[in-house]
Amino acid sequence: MGKAGDAFKSALLAALVTLGLAFPIVALRTDTNLSNQLVLTERWGLTFILAAVVGAGVFLLTLVRPVLAARATPKVSSRTAAPPHPFRRYLPRIGLALLIAFPLIASGIAAAGGPGALKLLDNYGIQILTYVLLGWGLNIVVGLAGLLDLGYVAFYAVGAYSSALLTKTFGLSFWLALPLAGILAAFWGLLIGFPVLRLRGDYLAIVTLAFAEIVRLVLINWVPVTGGYAGLSSIPKPTLFGYSLGSEPGGIPSLIGLPPSPVYRLAFMYYLLLALALFTYWVTQKLRSLPVGRAWEAMREDEIACRSLGINTVTTKLSAFATGAFFGGLAGAFFSAHQSFVSPKSFEFMESAVIVAIVVLGGLGSAVGVAIAAVVMIGGTELLRELDALKAVFGNDFDPAQYRMLLFGLAMVLLMIWRPKGLISTREPTVRLKPQPARGAPSFPSAAE
Amino acid sequence: MRWLAQPLLTVDHLSMRFGGLVAVNDLSFTVGRGDITALIGPNGAGKTTVFNCITGFYKPTSGRLALAHGGTVAPKAVDALTRSDQRRTHGATPELFLLERMPDHAIASEARVARTFQNIRLFAGMTVLENLIVAQHKTLMKASGFSLGGLLGLSKYRAAERKAFELAKAWLEVVGLIDRADDPAGDLPYGAQRRLEIARAMCTNPVLLCLDEPAAGLNNKESAELTRLLRGIREQTGVSILLIEHDMSVVMDISDHVVVIEYGVKIADDTAASVKNDPKVIAAYLGVDDDEVALSTGGGPP
Amino acid sequence: MDYFLQQLINGLTLGSIYGLIAIGYTMVYGIIGMVNFAHGDVFMLAAFIALILFLALTQLLGVGSLGLALLIVLVLGMALTSLWGWVIERLAYRPLRGSFRLAPLISAIGMSIFLSNFVQLVQGPRNKSLEPILSNVLVIPVGSGSITLAEKQLLIMVVTAVLLAVLWYVVRHTPLGRAQRACEQDRKMASLLGVDVDRTVSLTFIMGAALASVAGLLWMTYYGVVSFSDGFVPGVKAFTAAVLGGIGSLPGAVLGGLLIGLIETFWSAYFTIDYKDVAAFSILAIVLIFLPSGLLGRPDVEKV
Repeated sequence: MGKAGDAFKSALLAALVTLGLAFPIVALRTDTNLSNQLVLTERWGLTFILAAVVGAGVFLLTLVRPVLAARATPKVSSRTAAPPHPFRRYLPRIGLALLIAFPLIASGIAAAGGPGALKLLDNYGIQILTYVLLGWGLNIVVGLAGLLDLGYVAFYAVGAYSSALLTKTFGLSFWLALPLAGILAAFWGLLIGFPVLRLRGDYLAIVTLAFAEIVRLVLINWVPVTGGYAGLSSIPKPTLFGYSLGSEPGGIPSLIGLPPSPVYRLAFMYYLLLALALFTYWVTQKLRSLPVGRAWEAMREDEIACRSLGINTVTTKLSAFATGAFFGGLAGAFFSAHQSFVSPKSFEFMESAVIVAIVVLGGLGSAVGVAIAAVVMIGGTELLRELDALKAVFGNDFDPAQYRMLLFGLAMVLLMIWRPKGLISTREPTVRLKPQPARGAPSFPSAAE
Repeated sequence: MRWLAQPLLTVDHLSMRFGGLVAVNDLSFTVGRGDITALIGPNGAGKTTVFNCITGFYKPTSGRLALAHGGTVAPKAVDALTRSDQRRTHGATPELFLLERMPDHAIASEARVARTFQNIRLFAGMTVLENLIVAQHKTLMKASGFSLGGLLGLSKYRAAERKAFELAKAWLEVVGLIDRADDPAGDLPYGAQRRLEIARAMCTNPVLLCLDEPAAGLNNKESAELTRLLRGIREQTGVSILLIEHDMSVVMDISDHVVVIEYGVKIADDTAASVKNDPKVIAAYLGVDDDEVALSTGGGPP
Repeated sequence: MDYFLQQLINGLTLGSIYGLIAIGYTMVYGIIGMVNFAHGDVFMLAAFIALILFLALTQLLGVGSLGLALLIVLVLGMALTSLWGWVIERLAYRPLRGSFRLAPLISAIGMSIFLSNFVQLVQGPRNKSLEPILSNVLVIPVGSGSITLAEKQLLIMVVTAVLLAVLWYVVRHTPLGRAQRACEQDRKMASLLGVDVDRTVSLTFIMGAALASVAGLLWMTYYGVVSFSDGFVPGVKAFTAAVLGGIGSLPGAVLGGLLIGLIETFWSAYFTIDYKDVAAFSILAIVLIFLPSGLLGRPDVEKV
């Protein structure tokens, strides 16, 4: 049998398997009729189309794969780091420049008739940057210290709720509530971390997940303090030296004579978030070349060897956990101030999963990789919302937003298979004996990962 | 007989049970200050278990492991510490430690016992140099003011880091890995990884260096180099060495003192020369593996 | 007393379902050392498949006998869910075997997200509720009061017991079971001795999925309602059960399932229903911290 014959055989098998999978979950849809009974709608056409598409896909893939494999250059071991491509070296700087200019770019796009600047700033800028901040915070725990924390969202929640309560109920300024939220989250990190950090690997993952669920359930059930499902609303917006950033009279924009627009506050929040993210980045990079950071990485590599060198792995783990939690708390405080509303809905397990996915897909320990993964995964799924044009192809019932998390999950699986070690899997040493040839003096933010 | 006159470590009635299995049974021996001591025995004799008890990775079922810094401690003082609930004496010279009461990391950092592992445990993804810097964690951590000072870039920390760097460099020169300082440790060939692990252990500034089969997997030339290296380390630093080894040519060549155990029980304890001819030892090895006896008698089959 | 016995029955029923799901976690963990995070969603998918098959049989094909319909749903549902289990392992986990240790777990989380959103997409986001079936009750007088045992509760306990007996036989007395146990001990050695490791792992996933399918059907029968988001919480509780019993141990998984079911039921009955999931999650944390090898698991000696 020829290549095409083999491909056809696997295509047929794939199509048959797809039929098996799609029956009955796709072929028969359950709907509730007017008398509140479940009835079935048959969708055999869709089922067969699905099977045919999968079959055709497998056919093409089987034919193309040997060609691709032949063309691929032999892989270099990921450890023997080739000098980074010049683009890689400048990527952080280009990225930073883009981030700083983003509000202007967004206004430009809006002026040119694209989507509104508010939407761009909020849905793309602030949302992606929030995940970058969370990703960098969790990167300390998962990426550097190698502790799989599936409950990071708990610290995000602690930060959000404590900042909300501090500003709303106790009338504290946001600028005081922000560090306090971080400290409280770190404190919770210590509290939760102390009993669980003896556990290894997957067990740790599941216990942290359980703790995060407990935190969420407490938020739901402790109604007098947390407001239960309804959450806390009208959380005061941050002000700058007591002046509001909204466009009302007396706010900074009107004082300096700008035309009224909600975009100023948003741009301000964006820069605040950017500053928080860069602060996280700076601290992480600094910690990496301090003994505690080196101990984190060593612990990820071999915990037993660490103990044989006199490193107390319990306190080292706790320090990673608390540091990560601190940044999660900062992100939470920002979130509650930005939304001026928090509810348990924002702190479900899915959030933890998304943050972990960003960290692992980015490449464990790589700050730049984490940022890229956040842009790709969050920006990518956000873009899906925009694809209303697809309605022309799939009919008016087609809602691209529905495919958002579906594709997110699929992308997690495929990216893991494609690059199990993440997008950026080379590690920049924290110290060198010989200075790297042909490298500019490292300036902030350096190309270090 | 330095191990009797000037013991550094006294192992007293050490026993270790796993469920019903007795891995080490009422074992006593001493490690002399400045000696190279070999712990040998057939496979499964309990050698690594003894190491794990000494370095705190296992908590012994019973027994005492007394280590003295800076001089010999009278048995009375050891008993006095044993009766108290303390794990070490503070401030006195000589200073005494009861290892069985200490967690593994404290044995490394306070009692200054360093070790290597049978199946090498390097930080494979970190560079050779970083491996040696991590080993100086305790000193650096203090100098960095537990990270806060380091975060602010205080000069005290920078000076300490420079010193750590110099120590690492010195050890890299000793083990001949200076040219590979910036390579990931996992990329080194096997023999170099073994040497790096020894250098890393030495960077913790130990009084007792425990080596678990340092010559395993090395060829003759590399074994000879290792022997030279260990002698050099002892002479230069005065560290006492306790090693588990199967390669009898290495053991007989460098050991001042050999302790032989079988099924967790001591069967011989003397100089290399006398142990070599001990009929009990020969029988123990004969019962298990001909090759090892052949090696121990330094020639062809007896 | 009768209230207590009633709760005991309710708890055992719920616990049987958890136990069936827990076996899927424990077998997969035993053989490839991975937490199959998507297993809870396979269970949810199975509940949907059972629901749809049941509706198709009774509405479209007009099968009149309830017993026959349930039997067909059981067998066909097991086959279809097993296919899902096989495909998931093949596509999402096998390429990552022997890879970096977090990779399979992340892939499994991705699969879990995919499955729940897939079901949401093709079946809609609303809760699906079925008219109650097998709700006739046996009233058993106890002392001054009485307790009730619904037909479906009886069905759940009987089906669980029979399946466990079958499973026990397969694992203990068939070549497949021997291969599984060999892979559990040492996968590399097993493959050197001629055990087809890939096939054994595939079959393990198939068995796990088949049991999840039964759990899905029983869940559907018991509660009569299912939604696309129902994979997560029962999944985590079943995992808790597997850990509580000692992960890797089959009787442990069942014991753990029953205990979790009982704890949850009694907590709701005697304390407050609000915090019943907090109770389950707290037990998970407490067990892992104080009894990491579970009730029936082998203690794990750290190799140095």
